[in-house]
Amino acid sequence: MKRKDDRKPGELRPIVARVGVIPRADGSALFSMGRTTAIAAVYGPREMHPKRMQSADSAVLKTIYSMAPFSTSERVRPGPSRRSHEICKVTRQALEPAVFLKEFPKAGIYLFINIIEADAGTRTAGINAASLALADAGIPMRDLVTAAAAGKVGNDYFLDLEGKEEDETKCDLPIAYMHNEKKITLMQMDGDISPKDARGVIDAAIKGCEVIYDIQKKALMEKWGYKKPHAAEKKEPAETGEKAKQAKEKPAEKKVEPKKAEQKKPAPKKSTKKEVKK
Amino acid sequence: MIVQKEHYRNLMLNGMRVDGRKPDEFRKIDVEINPIYKAEGSARVRIGETDVIAGVKIDVGTPFPDKLDEGILMVNAEFSPVASPDFEPGPPGENAIELARVIDRGIRESKTIDNKELCIKKGEKVWMVMVDVHIINHDGNLIDAAGLAAITALHNARMPEYDGEKVIYDKKVKKLPVKYKPVPVSLNKMGDHLFVDASIEEEEVAETRLTVTTKDDGNVVAIQKGGSEPLSIEEIEKAFEIAGRISKDLRKLVK
Repeated sequence: MKRKDDRKPGELRPIVARVGVIPRADGSALFSMGRTTAIAAVYGPREMHPKRMQSADSAVLKTIYSMAPFSTSERVRPGPSRRSHEICKVTRQALEPAVFLKEFPKAGIYLFINIIEADAGTRTAGINAASLALADAGIPMRDLVTAAAAGKVGNDYFLDLEGKEEDETKCDLPIAYMHNEKKITLMQMDGDISPKDARGVIDAAIKGCEVIYDIQKKALMEKWGYKKPHAAEKKEPAETGEKAKQAKEKPAEKKVEPKKAEQKKPAPKKSTKKEVKK
Repeated sequence: MIVQKEHYRNLMLNGMRVDGRKPDEFRKIDVEINPIYKAEGSARVRIGETDVIAGVKIDVGTPFPDKLDEGILMVNAEFSPVASPDFEPGPPGENAIELARVIDRGIRESKTIDNKELCIKKGEKVWMVMVDVHIINHDGNLIDAAGLAAITALHNARMPEYDGEKVIYDKKVKKLPVKYKPVPVSLNKMGDHLFVDASIEEEEVAETRLTVTTKDDGNVVAIQKGGSEPLSIEEIEKAFEIAGRISKDLRKLVK
């Protein structure tokens, strides 16, 4: 079956991921897929208020998801709804396994997710933005959490359904996935589908998560991976004396070098940890 | 209490339970049909000491602007402070909302009620079916108990008469058109084991929960993961298998 926007069944919508979009926040990120855009900000770890919400042996990940009134064709009434309450809960539970909350007893980590434009897949976009924002804030994490939704239209498993496709799909199944452990931290489904097909849809969603994982890493590198190429540039003038000739002979190779360095860099969690130690 | 929790944890890690049940064994289930006379349909479900009442009220209202020829289904849950020291008065909390929405999704997505049949006059008047779930005593596994109560109440609901102006609740005209029996089965994960029908103590120590709602033909109509530990794909497949098997027995209780 053909998709409305000519995507392949296993193709994601165009993705934009950026880190550090809110300078006032301790960590922030923007994540958009097609016409769905989420902005996440992290404040903390800081003192948890009210105090009775504190946890004696770990931090509390306070998650608030909200949609801007102008984000959908029909105005969203401001303030919490039943839907947003549920999404707050599942988002928090999707992220908690990845965060070392025990490092900050009694503290609160405040995570705010704003959907500024919605065209299906807002909870997955929100989770993707949130996990980038947490990493950006330097909060120690086991892994990035990546989320994607898939569904079944006709006989095909469609990845990352957009608004119009949601009406004809047999099911809508969002998952959140931890890449290193290959484990699922969020799973919801509504629809009507056999268990075998459900497995197929889960596999399709995981494939999407793996693509997004690389995009998330790249987004973190753009901000935090900046220092290495800079350091390499500084070294260059020192080497020019000896290697100036070589460099002139092989200019093409020189250009490739910084890219290689980027690829070999360790996973983002390590880079963010360094920031914490500072 | 800590010692007790440790005891539960150790047993569950070995696939055992304090009350001697097997991992895939329910407590005693008791379903009472139409205990509430004023409601259009109702059911009281007891699973062990968990006690839940679901009531169906039917009214006439205006349809949603995007679905002019469809009736309205609403599921709401109230975790009344009578049921547990952990429940606080006030508007429904996260867990109550999640429970209601998971049950709502199961009924809605399985097309158990054909919303088009609930249309009285297109664009003007439709039937509104409201299912309210009240928790009377909380001893774990609220979602399964509430789901079973809600679908039983719907199956036993009778529609009141409507004379064009007002609803006459004293006269019941016909049965509410309900087709399927979607029932949720919640599985709690501990170590390598999955347990159905967890008691409140088991829920407290369990790592994570997965609720799978299946309908009569074995199709999955709703999934919801709760809890803050991850699940592997193998565990999810195992959960599908157990939920599919157990739900057949639960469906026999819906009359």
